[in-house]
Amino acid sequence: MKKIAIGVEGLKKSFKTNRVLVDVDFDVQNGEIFALLGSNGSGKTTIVNILSTLMKPDGGKIEVCSFDVLLQPDQVRQNISLTGQFSAIDGILTGRENLIMIAKLRRISNPAQTADKLLAKFSLADAANRRAEKYSGGMKRRLDIAMSLIGSPAVIFLDEPTTGLDPESRLEVWRTIKELAGGGATILLTTQHLEEAEQLADRIAILHDGKIITTGTLTELKKMFPPAKVEFVEKQPTLEEIFLAIIRKKEEL
Amino acid sequence: MTSTTGVLLGRLMRNITRSPDTIITVAITPIMMLLLFVYVFGGAIETGSSSYVNYLLPGILLITIASGVAYTSLRLFNDVKGGLMARFLTMPIKRSAILWAHVLTSLVSNSIAVAVVILAALLMGFRSNAGILEWLAVAGILGLFMLAVTWVAIIPGLTASSMEGATAYSYPLIFLPFVSSAFVPTETMPTAVRIFADNQPVTSIVNSIRVLLYDETVGNDIWVALAWCIAIMVFAYFIAVNVFKRQAR
Ligand SMILES: Nc1ncnc2c1ncn2[C@@H]1O[C@H](COP(=O)(O)OP(=O)(O)O)[C@@H](O)[C@H]1O
Ligand SMILES: [Mg+2]
Repeated sequence: MKKIAIGVEGLKKSFKTNRVLVDVDFDVQNGEIFALLGSNGSGKTTIVNILSTLMKPDGGKIEVCSFDVLLQPDQVRQNISLTGQFSAIDGILTGRENLIMIAKLRRISNPAQTADKLLAKFSLADAANRRAEKYSGGMKRRLDIAMSLIGSPAVIFLDEPTTGLDPESRLEVWRTIKELAGGGATILLTTQHLEEAEQLADRIAILHDGKIITTGTLTELKKMFPPAKVEFVEKQPTLEEIFLAIIRKKEEL
Repeated sequence: MTSTTGVLLGRLMRNITRSPDTIITVAITPIMMLLLFVYVFGGAIETGSSSYVNYLLPGILLITIASGVAYTSLRLFNDVKGGLMARFLTMPIKRSAILWAHVLTSLVSNSIAVAVVILAALLMGFRSNAGILEWLAVAGILGLFMLAVTWVAIIPGLTASSMEGATAYSYPLIFLPFVSSAFVPTETMPTAVRIFADNQPVTSIVNSIRVLLYDETVGNDIWVALAWCIAIMVFAYFIAVNVFKRQAR
């Protein structure tokens, strides 16, 4: 049986006159990795902020684990964790201390053991007792994601998990996220890159001009993409080209 | 401690003990001021008090606290900008604990800085005939002042858009003691300045600490000082909590 982990219907949000989210609809199934693909400034972080109870929507019916984000924020918080766009770690603390702190806040019975398990799982055991500010970008991001796993939340938000990372760190983080799949948690991740969505997600939604212009699996979406151009090397279409192609297809219908 | 506030307090205190420069910086400027005023200007300032270091100390302690709370703003600002605040706010934890951890951290670290400055003053000849009750009363007034200015400090910590913005408010706060009875008796000031000096909070706080430390006659100052501290604290608390609620939805 498939159940809906995140339900968004008619979500609207404006900042003064800036209408960021005009009418956003999408559902995320339980246990699925769902990518929200959109260019910079399209409103991805705004959606994540609203779903994670940081921000109020102007309108719409928004549920996480069947709890209304506006009316039942406490219940929503019991079921989620947020890995924001910038690594939310305490740089003065060691990686291990960061994990123990979160475990204590979540009232896990054996914080130290939980921390050590995660350090091993995320290949951070060697750096466990170094200050987190000394970590590389990829290590910081992995620690950040590890902190979000404590307490086994049902829904995990990953806002642009690889933005700002060098290619090697990006691969590391991708591997980490792939390992999370099948762990039972539902993951909503945002990204500006088709390749990242393609690598990680079961289903992809494309956010453009305040609306979800299309949702589907990669194979479903690829049918709507413009063909790859043959130049000296084959080049994947850019996000902008994809938007245009999809919008044109819709108008033809 | 395993309570939410305890865990968050532990984290902030660890931040301070690992970068002790914050406490040292907070204590060193007031100590330099003490040295400067006692050994350079002291001879030229007539206060009617037997020892200038005795006269000076209460005001210097307020300066210590005023510069110390700037770090509270800074720590809070870093949490907001760095994303830790968002992480805490989306966790199933008591929200008030997030701010109270910062407030308690401020009380602990400022108390340490104040103790260091008092030790330095003792070396420079500060003496008091206050008994345990008077010292407790002094601690109470200083604690109340710390609480009041800490809640003031929370507001820019939450709202500032830059590091400078987060701490800029502390400059007038540090400056206030200079236009009070902290360094010279207000009688020596021009009328307009004197009216301001006599009626701003620092003068009454400094005067009441002097009353307690040096057995001076008890006047209204102590009640005026308490009223100021409580008024500022309540006012700043409500603004801070409101800003926090609005930011945290
Ligand atoms: N707190 C805010 N106040 C005002 N405008 C905001 C705020 N947050 C986001 N915006 C605006 O909303 C738009 C979408 O931002 P965001 O959700 O961060 O996009 P993305 O994460 O896709 O890059 C941008 O134009 C941004 O300037
Ligand atoms: Mg964003």
